[in-house]
Amino acid sequence: MHLSGLVQLWLLGSLMLTWPVSGLIRMHPESTGTSAETDHGHHNSSVEEVPIVTFKWPHVKTPYLITLWIFVAFLGKMVIEANHHVTSVIPESALLICFGFILGGMIWGADKKQTFTLTPEVFFLYLLPQVILDAGYTMPNKLFFTNLGAILIYAIIGTCWNAASVGLSLWGCHEGGAMGDIEIGLLQYLLFGSLIAAVDPVAVLAVFEQVHVNEVLFIMVFGESLLNDGVTVVLFNVFDAFVSLGGPKINAAEIVKGIVSFFVVAFGGSLLGMVFGLLISLLTRCTKNIKIIEPGFIFVLGYLSYLTAEMLSLSAILSIVFCGVCCQKYINANMDENSVNTVRYAMKVLANGSETIIFVFLGISAIDKEIWVWNTGFILLTLLFIIIYRIIGVFFLTWILNKFRLVPVSFIDQVIMSYGGLRGAVAYGLAVMLDESKIKEKNLMISTTLIVVYFTVIFQGITMKPLVRWLKVRRANTSELTLIEKVQNKVFDHMLVAIEDISGQIGHNYMRDKWKHFEDKWMTNVLMKPSARKVRDQVFKVFHRLNLKDAVSYVAEGERRGSLEFVRNETAIVDFKKKIGEDFTEVMPDIMADTSSDYDAMTDMRRDPVPSVSLEIHEQGMKGVRETEDVNTHHLLQQHLYKSRKQHRHRYSRSHFHVNEDEKEVQEIFQRTMRNRLESFKSAKMGVAPPKTISKHQKKDQQQQQKMANGKQLDKSKTYNSGDEDFEFSEGDSATGFEASGTSSPWRVTYRAGAGIENPAFMPDMDLTDPLQVPPWLADTELDSSSSMVAPSQRAQVRLPWTPSNLRRLAPLRISTRSTDSFMMADREATQPRNEDDERFPPPPPPPPAPHRDEGHM
Amino acid sequence: MGSSSSSSYMRNIPQAQVLIHETGFSAAHLLRLYERFQFLDKGSTGELRAQDFTAIPSLALNPIGDRIIGSFFPPGQEKLDFPSFVRIMAHFRPTDPNRSRDGTQLEPVNSRNKKLRFAFQLYDQNGDGNISRAELLQVLRAMLGVQVPEEQLQSIAERAIQEADLDKDNVISFDEFRKSLEKVNIDQLMSIRFLK
Repeated sequence: MHLSGLVQLWLLGSLMLTWPVSGLIRMHPESTGTSAETDHGHHNSSVEEVPIVTFKWPHVKTPYLITLWIFVAFLGKMVIEANHHVTSVIPESALLICFGFILGGMIWGADKKQTFTLTPEVFFLYLLPQVILDAGYTMPNKLFFTNLGAILIYAIIGTCWNAASVGLSLWGCHEGGAMGDIEIGLLQYLLFGSLIAAVDPVAVLAVFEQVHVNEVLFIMVFGESLLNDGVTVVLFNVFDAFVSLGGPKINAAEIVKGIVSFFVVAFGGSLLGMVFGLLISLLTRCTKNIKIIEPGFIFVLGYLSYLTAEMLSLSAILSIVFCGVCCQKYINANMDENSVNTVRYAMKVLANGSETIIFVFLGISAIDKEIWVWNTGFILLTLLFIIIYRIIGVFFLTWILNKFRLVPVSFIDQVIMSYGGLRGAVAYGLAVMLDESKIKEKNLMISTTLIVVYFTVIFQGITMKPLVRWLKVRRANTSELTLIEKVQNKVFDHMLVAIEDISGQIGHNYMRDKWKHFEDKWMTNVLMKPSARKVRDQVFKVFHRLNLKDAVSYVAEGERRGSLEFVRNETAIVDFKKKIGEDFTEVMPDIMADTSSDYDAMTDMRRDPVPSVSLEIHEQGMKGVRETEDVNTHHLLQQHLYKSRKQHRHRYSRSHFHVNEDEKEVQEIFQRTMRNRLESFKSAKMGVAPPKTISKHQKKDQQQQQKMANGKQLDKSKTYNSGDEDFEFSEGDSATGFEASGTSSPWRVTYRAGAGIENPAFMPDMDLTDPLQVPPWLADTELDSSSSMVAPSQRAQVRLPWTPSNLRRLAPLRISTRSTDSFMMADREATQPRNEDDERFPPPPPPPPAPHRDEGHM
Repeated sequence: MGSSSSSSYMRNIPQAQVLIHETGFSAAHLLRLYERFQFLDKGSTGELRAQDFTAIPSLALNPIGDRIIGSFFPPGQEKLDFPSFVRIMAHFRPTDPNRSRDGTQLEPVNSRNKKLRFAFQLYDQNGDGNISRAELLQVLRAMLGVQVPEEQLQSIAERAIQEADLDKDNVISFDEFRKSLEKVNIDQLMSIRFLK
């Protein structure tokens, strides 16, 4: 019945879309013409002098006022949030409303009437969409869909129950004469009941976000509030139509139409939202080249879904909710990480901002003498009924639901659910939308709605926290991200499916599994980029995120200690050193004993910025370090982040994944690191350390370059340079080295990090110790060919850093007990080879790489 | 629930009363499970073998299906009779909210602890009471081997062990396993609704 109309509307809609655009284009020259004319006229009228500035208030009035209001609302929020001891008792939403009271009072004082109120148009078209979109977009999908049945029942049946019971009871009381002389009929009461029935997502979110109840309870209350907004708007429209139709004309057919329209509007809206969600997902597949405006698509299309639904008189709220819910998974996978973050933050800014404005204006709207009509009976009875019927509805529906739920909703949770029935701006917006010509007591309804909103938001909002505490409601777990949990969750999923299979029933898990298969097979293939499909595994994502976190805290720790020397020197090669240390303990335990005394000296020296040896040079070096520290930190962080992402990308294309080459490079790194350590130790011991470029390493450099040329793409010429600079240990270049290697491949990070010890103060000076100019590693192979020395390098290489796992060595930073340990150990072990080196020259550094031997490793 | 029509059928079920008492299944549950058991028991031998399980088509697709099947059979045993079957299935019963039934002696089989035990032994294939890195890696490989290359898997396993390994012996003992999942709502994640 509606369908033909819908089609026409569609056509009309598309026409409407094209018309204003063309109109705008046509309008443009005209408008500029007119403005030029007026300018002209203006100049003509006041030719006497050229105005330096003019005051053009009317020109900017509207946007100026809007911006100013937003600014004021934000300022209010800022002030409120600054007082933690207040917000911990009174929820922010209540405070914002009170702030609105004050502002409203000021306006009233100035204008003697309320100039600014929240109009339904502004609220529904400009303030609400982003709040709902944000809610949908950040919806915990799995939780939402697992509890979808319960949520739908609360949202649909619960809301209808609330509307009907409140409306009918009020009518009954009216008939009983409790309200005195007011002109409200049964239909109007039902209309009022439907607008006051819905729990408001904005208000609920504002309160529940602060109390941290367990997630099932949260998703129930929140999901219900989101969906029942849609339901209540639909109900409202149906009853509104009934009211305008008038009592006598309503027959069974009209009622059936009303019910049908209810379902068409609600499900049509949801469906439309899903279509838009899928559309966004599809679009983000192709936005590779316009990363900058990629996030814009989500907002624009999300808003379009809202407006389209509104245009088709479908449920706009449901539309935008499901749009957000459907697209989140795919767009998060398809888009660049930066874009995802942009969407996330921009969404929060918009939603939080408009939430603030909504509450402030809810407060302001109250200060208006015209709307206040007091009717004690009506207002108090409404308050009483909405609370009572909410409680009854929740308990009754939960009682039914609990028969079917795996984990029943506990009694305490039910209490909180009933008590969490906060009303908000949606009810107010609907009340203002009432048609005064049809409903005589519109103002009474508005003021009642306002009172209900204030009561629920302020009173229930304030008491919610103590109640939650007093009832000992199960709180949300602080969800520390752990890998083992993720793995385990996956195991649980598989296990439950298997058990359902074995027990031969088609249960919840079975359905989920089937859906997942379907999704894997069709949805993701169509909606996700092929590259994104491969890495969307949950466990891996968590792993990746943990690594990122580590990288950040790693650098932060370095900064906290005041010097990034810490970052560059110590932890970066903890793994190697540990390995060496272990092996050395096995091989030559006597040296271990010898190192103990030197250990202190070494650490002292490292911690003291001006050690006793080689004073000036060290100072010089420290200066250089300090100067470039900021830059270095930045780059180090960048590199860490870059690396794992790079690694990420690496894995997409299996054809480019060459483990063996990486391994060679890794050996290279390892070897260099060890040599550097030995050399620096030596020079420190000798107390003579002329900072020079080391000519004898040229050969090595060339070797290195060749290897890199083999292993890397040829476009890395920059990288080569940085490699050289690093290698020559010239003072100023450490920063540039970092910069240049910003583009380099993952393993280089470690190389840089390891090479951080090339502190100019520890300039190796081989000329003194080694007149033959035989590089130590060569000397070593000649002198000491014992295979036992090969072990450390090989063993270390097994876990060398070309996978994100090398960030694992940062783990000690997270686990505080461990951190000191491993650093200390690192210190101690680091000294061992040096000491040995000290004992008997030439040193036995790690031997050269043995690529043939290592081939079998991976 | 064991209505008169099915009570005759109930008598065929071995140790029905004991099982009801022990596992908390209702008679209707038990009946249903018994029907399923007989359905799976292709040879009507009164005992299930591993291949009876693998004959379930969707179970064969389950990446850790063989482990789950394996956990039905205690080491050394190749056959599974109905009581043992029920006892294992009882692990997945949701915990009773008002557990008061004679609540004295042994903890019910669907307690959190028992559920965790079941999950733990899925990893611990050699039964030494510890999850080693290799064992974890096997599970990981089974679950996401296709998507994630081996090196990544290794580092994930490494990291997961590190997270849970409190006494730093490089394996996860049951206590550590339990600790690491302390915040997880096992009841919800390891229960299914058994149809009546």
